[in-house]
Amino acid sequence: MNNIIDANNLVFEYYNYDDNGEVKDTIRALEGTSIQVKEGEFVVILGHNGSGKSTFAKHLNGILSPKEGTLVVCGIDALDKDKTWDIRKEVGMVFQNPDNQIVATIIEEDVAFGPENLGIEPTEIRKRVDEALETVGMTEYMKDSPNKLSGGQKQRIAIAGVIAMKPRCIVFDESTAMLDPIGRRQVMSTMEKLNKEYGITIIHITHYMQEAILADRIVVMDKGHVIMEGTPREVFKEVKTLKEIGLDVPDTTYLAYLLQEAGFNISTELLTVEEVTKAICQLQ
Amino acid sequence: MSITIKNLTHIYNEGMPFKKTALKDINIEIGSGEFVGIIGHTGSGKSTLIQMFNGLLKPTKGEVIINGQNLHGQGTNGDKVNKKEIRQKVGLVFQYPEYQLFEMTIKDDVAFGPKNLGLSKEEVDERVKYALEAVGLDESYYEKSPFELSGGQKRRVAIAGVLAMKPETLILDEPTAGLDPKGRNELFEQLQKMHRELGLTIVLISHSMEDVARYAQKLFVLYKGEVAYQGTPREVFAHGKKLEEIGLAMPQIRYVMESLKAQGMNIDEDVLTVEEAAQHLISYLRKKGEA
Amino acid sequence: MIRDITIGQYYPSGSPIHKLDPRTKILVTFAYIIGLFLINQFIGYVFVAACFYGVVKVSKVPLKFMLKGLKSIMFILLFTVVLNVFFTTTGNEIWSWGFLKVTDDGLIIAAKMGIRLALLIVGSSLLTLTTSPIELTDGIESLLSPFRKIGVPAHEIAMMMSIALRFIPILLEETDKIMKAQMARGADFESGNIIQRAKAMIPIMVPLFISAFRRAEELAMAMEARCYRGGVGRTRLNSLIYKKGDYIAFGIGILFLVICILL
Repeated sequence: MNNIIDANNLVFEYYNYDDNGEVKDTIRALEGTSIQVKEGEFVVILGHNGSGKSTFAKHLNGILSPKEGTLVVCGIDALDKDKTWDIRKEVGMVFQNPDNQIVATIIEEDVAFGPENLGIEPTEIRKRVDEALETVGMTEYMKDSPNKLSGGQKQRIAIAGVIAMKPRCIVFDESTAMLDPIGRRQVMSTMEKLNKEYGITIIHITHYMQEAILADRIVVMDKGHVIMEGTPREVFKEVKTLKEIGLDVPDTTYLAYLLQEAGFNISTELLTVEEVTKAICQLQ
Repeated sequence: MSITIKNLTHIYNEGMPFKKTALKDINIEIGSGEFVGIIGHTGSGKSTLIQMFNGLLKPTKGEVIINGQNLHGQGTNGDKVNKKEIRQKVGLVFQYPEYQLFEMTIKDDVAFGPKNLGLSKEEVDERVKYALEAVGLDESYYEKSPFELSGGQKRRVAIAGVLAMKPETLILDEPTAGLDPKGRNELFEQLQKMHRELGLTIVLISHSMEDVARYAQKLFVLYKGEVAYQGTPREVFAHGKKLEEIGLAMPQIRYVMESLKAQGMNIDEDVLTVEEAAQHLISYLRKKGEA
Repeated sequence: MIRDITIGQYYPSGSPIHKLDPRTKILVTFAYIIGLFLINQFIGYVFVAACFYGVVKVSKVPLKFMLKGLKSIMFILLFTVVLNVFFTTTGNEIWSWGFLKVTDDGLIIAAKMGIRLALLIVGSSLLTLTTSPIELTDGIESLLSPFRKIGVPAHEIAMMMSIALRFIPILLEETDKIMKAQMARGADFESGNIIQRAKAMIPIMVPLFISAFRRAEELAMAMEARCYRGGVGRTRLNSLIYKKGDYIAFGIGILFLVICILL
């Protein structure tokens, strides 16, 4: 399979200005970040706040552009400013605050916003809006105001707005950070559905390790670098490293780790309750 | 400081077609110096309930009694209860409290509360120091703008803004929402320190079973505006499957312990934290190894 | 407290009036306003009031609802009437006290002003009661689009209105939240003189502005991420189309204007 995203040695700097408009200090949010994502993959990028994960996400559809490095998205050179709009057609983005990404006062109008911007025929827009709302399970709210919805429902509307544009890849930029556990579960299962049933590439930025378990691959970022990469099992078994950079591991893995520390012969490459139960029973 | 809520019912927009019962016949008792957790999902009435604790909302029915004083009744001398005084004693930290910061410097922002209490300059300075120390921000931060800080630090400044009122009770509505694991752990450590060292009564609203299991001494489970369960975390989580029926769960580690027990291991499944579970298992396995 | 304010109140009843094209309703409302200013006879007002009542009946919006809207501007209404009563100097004097004079002309002019204003307000409130805000913005955009050639930013105006409508309730709720948070820190918004009260608003206004700017920035980013590039090349999910009912409504509107001119 081809790489849908091919980022090499990306460098990005934020500048803080003092009162005279001079650069006071420079924050290097990305320091030579290289990440490749294959078409159809479900990748979670984990990292604490300020690790550069969100900055990286904003490069993927041209909201930010790097100071150094190369970035090819869906075969298009993302550094070419004239191609930004072509990339945005292919890479959709769902942001953190559910309220600040819904434009219209009626839900179906909001879902139609993207396709309208692309200049698609009204009959085709109608079809896409209906399909998108169906996919996220929000058809019954079609004519309602978004203000009445819960956070999780609002995020599903935002997702519908993105899938109505038929992108090949969707980036979730901390889209679950402001939700309650129910909302988070709703959004996660929508993500899984889009990936498994529709083959859309998913890149999910989060600091919740429970959400990372669902991924095909986890990329761990710290201080603008990729420091670890692999399947959930491969990544979470490194309990000590993850704790050191301020991240969590699943309680199941952590239990195995504590037993290992106490001198028991147990692997930390365990995720589910069943796996850890089996491993502990074998210790007897 | 004790807080008692008696037969409290709250209805929004009463008498209107779109009225909504947010709380139904709630009875809650919080003793002095306790660390209390309130759990329940969005819409269960948690946010309405916490606004009752300091008189921001007036209940449709029922009483809120703070240190023996009925918040909405007549005082002993016939006066109305001074709301400002109650709000000083019961500090309330809303969700995403960093959105209420407004001053140019951190010091001034934290001083807002004490200044409203009409304290002297020295007293205000002393309170600012006390509050910022409690949330772990040293003097190098005093003159910084709160808007330059990271999300977790902003949140701590906002909490200090309430702490500077020197409340006896601190109520926090999901204080760790949106923070990363490191920020979350740091904040909880600080809350626990305030509880232990400053003797604060703490009421924590949370979605996380793991967090309340670890920190709270007493739990109230709200469901559709009613108190569904209450007791110590061990008592509440012993309801197991019933919690799942109302959309909540046990801390994840309990599922592991129950599963091990079902496999024939003779262990106590009644644990609250991973560390506790590990200890149980280590001593169990060692004993078995020796036998 | 702040949540009681309702803006652009819409009363959905699915009546034939609700189903009309918003452009029709805006144009007919204009005809109604012009008609109202053309007539100067009491008989004319009776005719306008009768027409208005007829439309209200068809719209199925309770009359009570509209009169409630009138209550909120009672002060302006009374002020206009009083001003006209006392400051009209022509006609026969009926009563006087010092420099205040009441003449028969004054009374008639005041009564006409009062009726005209009241009819104007209830008439235009019928437009917002029967047209959802989003239809209204669509209608305005479509009606203004011919003027785009002379530099009227029709699409931008409509987009601004629609975003405002979306965010006003959110910002009101936020104001309420910030107010409560500051009250929990001992802020007092109710006592003190005007200057003290104005000062007390700073802890509300600053966070509110910061939040509004942050929201605007994030919304702009989200809109761009969804390929928004202004009005050029956009299509619409629901295009406005005139139907049979609209032509009937236009006919009635023109007839109304003609009668008003004749009266």
